[in-house]
Amino acid sequence: MNAHDEDRIKELLQQALPRIDTDTDADAEPDRDLWTAMLRRLSGQSGGEHASLPWFDWALLAGLAAFAVFYPVTIPVFLYYL
Amino acid sequence: MPDESSSVLDDFRQGSVTAFEAIFRQHQRAVYGWILRIVRDPAAAEDLTVECFWRIYQARARFDAGRRFEPWARRIATHATLDWLRARRPERELTAEFLADLPAARAGDPGVNAEIRRKTADAFMRLPPRLRVAAVLAVVEERSHKEVAEALGISLTAVKLRVFRALRLLRKDLERQGITP
Repeated sequence: MNAHDEDRIKELLQQALPRIDTDTDADAEPDRDLWTAMLRRLSGQSGGEHASLPWFDWALLAGLAAFAVFYPVTIPVFLYYL
Repeated sequence: MPDESSSVLDDFRQGSVTAFEAIFRQHQRAVYGWILRIVRDPAAAEDLTVECFWRIYQARARFDAGRRFEPWARRIATHATLDWLRARRPERELTAEFLADLPAARAGDPGVNAEIRRKTADAFMRLPPRLRVAAVLAVVEERSHKEVAEALGISLTAVKLRVFRALRLLRKDLERQGITP
């Protein structure tokens, strides 16, 4: 591709796609308050940290703890397989 | 020269949501505008602006308070946008709304009709995302190669190469459709 071809393609592209001027174009501004969405994202993350361990993991841990209390002799077996 | 008061940036780095909101409100328009230039879809640009600031918040500890915030945010925005473009179907059809917004042919180019412009825009959307981003910023938006290189985190030579490859692929695609530029 020579320089003339390159210039011609650039010209075609500039005609095909509108240049967006964010200083003057009214559409170059969000339609909604994005901070609200940002806050939702932030609070979702802080909620997610607390819910990061599924309930069945807690149930399994509780079961193992109860088993260890009632049958303490099995503790070395559990430790061996950890 | 930093473009924020250092106390706001320090608080932001410590995780203060109040400082983050101040930074968000000051820079959201610029970040949104930058993303809009690349994706050309206002709804997607809004979502990506939130995604970008989310990444900024997560990466706050890595921000160097001695440097300007905007170029750093722009780089994160560009990468978030690239990830989004990669995740989408490459052969995405252009929306009717987008096509209706195509500008009129410039004076002196009566041969370039709406059909050719549509096919050019279509072919452009089929380019690989990393080439498309470089070309839209450097050719369509006429940003300097240096600015594009900073936003993409690549060298000037790599920007020139990506723009050249984008234009070459575009030419081949148009030729396949019977359009000789």
